[in-house]
This record gives sequence, C-alpha cells and structure tokens, in this order.
Amino acid sequence: MKTFQLKYRSQAVAKPYFVAALLLFTGQIVFGLGLGLQYLIGDFLFPAIPFNVARMVHTNLLIVWLLFGFMGSAYYLVPEESETELHSPKLALALFWIFLVAGAATIAGYLLVPYATLAEMTGNDLLQTMGREFLEQPLPTKVGIVIVALGFLFNISMTVLKGRKTSISLVLLLGLWGLALMFLFSFVNPHNLVRDKMYWWFVVHLWVEGVWELILGALLAYVLVKTTGVDREVIDKWLYVIVAFALMTGILGTGHHFYFIGLPGYWLWVGSVFSALEPIPFFMMTVFAFNMVQRRRREHPNQAALLWAVGTAVMGFLGAGLWGFLHTLSPVNYYTHGTQITAAHGHLAFYGAYVLVVITMISYAMPTLRGREAAPRRAQAAEMWSFWIMTIGMGVMVLALTGAGILQVWLQRLPESGAMPFMATQDQLRFFYWLRLSGGVGFLIGLVVYLSSFFIGETADETLGSVPQAA
Amino acid sequence: MGAGNTGGFTKQMARNIFYGGTVFFILLFAAIVFHTERQIPARSNAAAITPEVVRGKKIWETRNCIGCHTLLGEGAYFAPELGNVYTRRGGDFIKAWMQAQPTGAPGRRQMPQFHLDEQQLHDLVEFLKWTSQVNTEKWPPNIEG
Repeated sequence: MKTFQLKYRSQAVAKPYFVAALLLFTGQIVFGLGLGLQYLIGDFLFPAIPFNVARMVHTNLLIVWLLFGFMGSAYYLVPEESETELHSPKLALALFWIFLVAGAATIAGYLLVPYATLAEMTGNDLLQTMGREFLEQPLPTKVGIVIVALGFLFNISMTVLKGRKTSISLVLLLGLWGLALMFLFSFVNPHNLVRDKMYWWFVVHLWVEGVWELILGALLAYVLVKTTGVDREVIDKWLYVIVAFALMTGILGTGHHFYFIGLPGYWLWVGSVFSALEPIPFFMMTVFAFNMVQRRRREHPNQAALLWAVGTAVMGFLGAGLWGFLHTLSPVNYYTHGTQITAAHGHLAFYGAYVLVVITMISYAMPTLRGREAAPRRAQAAEMWSFWIMTIGMGVMVLALTGAGILQVWLQRLPESGAMPFMATQDQLRFFYWLRLSGGVGFLIGLVVYLSSFFIGETADETLGSVPQAA
Repeated sequence: MGAGNTGGFTKQMARNIFYGGTVFFILLFAAIVFHTERQIPARSNAAAITPEVVRGKKIWETRNCIGCHTLLGEGAYFAPELGNVYTRRGGDFIKAWMQAQPTGAPGRRQMPQFHLDEQQLHDLVEFLKWTSQVNTEKWPPNIEG
C-alpha cells in the first residue's frame, strides 16, 4: 500500500490524544466490569474500592477520554478543513500533557484518598463544587479543565480564523465552545438542592443532548466527506439540518429532567413534547449516513472507518433516540425515573453516539498518522470484528438492564401498597445482572480485538503488490 | 433534502434554520428558566433551609453519597432512593444505620463507615428531612422510592 503524507504536519498532534483516549477507555471498561461484579457480589473489593469510588472512576474516565477524543479529532480535522497548519502545535502538545497529568492525578486521588479528605485537601471549602454526579472533580481539576479548554479553543479558533471556513469546522467550533461554556455551570452549586439540580443539568444535559451533538454531527460529516467523496454542498446541508433539529428539540428537551426534582409542573409538558422529538435528529443522522454511503463516488481503502461511521449513526439512533424515547414521556418516567431503565439508556446512548464517533475518527485518522492511507486489510478485518463484538456485547448489556428495569418498575414502583423494598427488589434482578456482566465481558473482548488491530501488519501479498491496491 | 431534486432548499436556508432556531430556543428556554427560578423558593420550601440543612448538604456531597444512592431519582442505582428516606425510616433510624455500617454480611452490598459525629449526623438528617418536603409532583409513586 502506498505511503501517505499528512496534508498538514501539525495534524500529527492528534496522535497522542488518540492513544491516551484509547488507554483511558480501556481503564473505564475495566472499572465497569468491577462495578458489574459489585452488583452481584456486594462486598467485592470492599472496602478498598467501594462502589461509589469505582463508579466515579468509570464515569470520569469516560468523560475525560471522550474529551481527549474530541480534542484529538479537532486537532486533526481543523488544519485540513482550514487548509492551513495548526496555530500552535506546541501549545496543543503542552495542553495534552497538562490534561493527562491532571486527569491521572484526579483518578489517583479518587482511589487513594477518602473523598471527604480529598475535598478538604483540594480547597472544596473555597468553592463547593464536589460530590455531584459526574462533576466530582476537585476544584483544581475543574479549573484545569477550563484552562485546557480555553487554550485548546484559542488554538483551534485561531486556526479556523486564519484559514478556510467550512460548515464542518464552524459547527465543530460552535460545539466545542458550547462545551466549554456549559461546563462553567459546574461551578454553580447553590445551597438549595432544587436549584443545584437544575443548573447541574445545564452541564450534563446541554452537553450530551445539546452541544456534543454538534461535535458528533461535524465529525461524522467530516469522515463521510472523506470516505464517500460526496459533494460538500449536500453533506453541509444535511449537517445544518441535523444540528438545527438537535438544538431545537434538545434545548427545551432539558425539561425531561425537570419532572420530579422540585421544579414547576409545566416542565412535565415542555419536557415530554420536546424530548419526544429528540430522536428526529438521530434518525436523520442514520438516513444521512446510509444515503451518503449509497451515493459514494469513490471506494475509500479504509472500509473500517466507514463501518464505524454507519455504526455511529445507527447505534446513536437506537441508544439516544429509541432508548431515550422509551422513558422520556412524563407519565412513563414517573415510574422509570432512577431505575435500571435509565442505566440502560445511558450506556447505549454514550456508546452509540459518542464512543463510536470518536472511534470513527480514530479509525479514519490513525492510519494516516502512521503514514498510510488505510490500515492493512487484516487490521481492518479485526476492527470490523471488534465493532460487532463490542456492539453485540453492549446490546446484551442494554437488553439485560432494560429487563432489570422493567422488573424493578413492576415490583418496586407500580404497586400502590405493599411495594417491594429496594434491596429486596435488587435480589430479584440477579439474573439480569449476570447477563449484563456477560455482555460487559463481551465488550471488553471486543475492545481487546480493537486495540490489537493496531499491531496487525500487512500480509505478504499486500507488501509486494502494493501499487495497484490504491482505489 | 439531500437528493438532487432539492426543490430549492439550499445550504444557506438550512444554516439559517440552524442559527435562527437555536437562538429562538435558547431565548425561550432562558425565559422559562427565569420563571422557574422564581417558583423555586415556594416549591422547595426554601424558607426551611437552615444552616443545618446547608451543612447537611455539604456532608451529602463530600461523602459522595450520590455515587451509590439516588436523591429525587438522580444518582447511582446501587442503593436506595434517599429523597424520601426521612419519611420512610425517620431520623433516628438514619443515624443508627449510618453508625452501624458496614454490615460486613458476606456477599451483600456494603456501605462505608463515614465516622460522622453527632452534629454531622444531625445536619445530614436535617438535609434529608428538608429534601423529603420538596414538591416533587408526587414522585416517587410509593414509599419504597
């Protein structure tokens, strides 16, 4: 296969970001398996790693590695879209190390120091921000995230400003600025729990069902432009319509988190109506991906990237769209709120939309960062296998959690009198929790296959007959 | 839309829908949130947020309780809902329970011992008591949470 040169040398800073993302991803999955076991063997690893600590590591690793993935993707994509070198590759590399060290120190802090002590040590009394789900990071880490984000956005924005402005890079930039902006609400923690919860969703919901969808759309559009060769006009139009619907439904869709946390009753209506429409942009994304692949004007040698891209669109629709819709209407959510149904949706949505889009970008970009247009055939075959194994593993997990959630609602929530207590109900769900764990093991196997694909070389005939390979 | 016969629907129109729609919905959302803000004191019985409740919330946060429990349905799904635990169990039970952890029962889920003193336990109970009085549109459906 022909060697490949990056169009812009500074794109190479993406590589460490992608490597770090995949390593942290692996850590996330290992802790996930530990959590799955703790659901069954309650005292597993207790008191060394209690459930709350392991869960914090699991979710924080997810956030951090996705951010690494987004940043790496932006560093790779923006120079090429802007047709100019990155404003400062050195800054990008410095921020990489700052973010990695800060992230690792935070995780080590969670694991080695009792959380209350960690809070004391890191100045939580100055500004109390810790101890809220997903926003558990100590104050210095939160400040560090803001600094890294600002440096990153400065770097990316300067690059876009001095070069060509495409729809893809503009939508991506809006998404990334929105991400940083909404994160500022993590510093807002009023004494009133109800108010606290409302602003907490400004980060969590307006990330994953708001600005992150812009990032998702832009990355997907970019890979589809590159791999299908379809006209940009067409792809840009799709992108704008998709992100338009994402925000027009997702912003007021925030209301589906405001049903039962002390906010006014009109949110039951606002949240139900608008969040019921949230699957629309995800459905459009699926149609978009299939449509572009059908109308492709070239056979790109990286077929694995194309599979990941289509997989993102389909699994994103299933996880974020369908599984979200399942419990988003307020009369349904009244019974499912805070059950395993939520866990089922959370897992499939994050995997389908955000994990897969980052892997799509890595799959497309990584071979080029290693000096070739596409990975060797056998490596691509391993990637495709890993897609199916991970996706089926996740599917088993999500169906198991959905089963667990339905039974939990039946036993614990539906009866008006004589409902089963929480822990007694949990004992009834063990079959589903074993099934979930088996899905998790499958997922880890798929991940190992994926990681191994990076170490698979060319076959003899690929090396010899290299020239006519290029398509 | 994407097809060749787009009937005049251009990229510029799509972009305008995106920008216009986004700005419109941001403003609408902000307006509703502004209204909601002014309802929060009454709905949450904010007058009852004593210094004890404020300290109790801090205990709740710095022990990372949300890592196992849900509070008003949000959090982790590993341990019981605590938004209504004051109603379900009462303050004395909560204190005794916290002091008795971990149970050490083999194979059962374990709650850490947080070594809270009497004042801290009191504050935490006051926080959970206040939380149980928030107007949650009658959620949860029954006392088991």
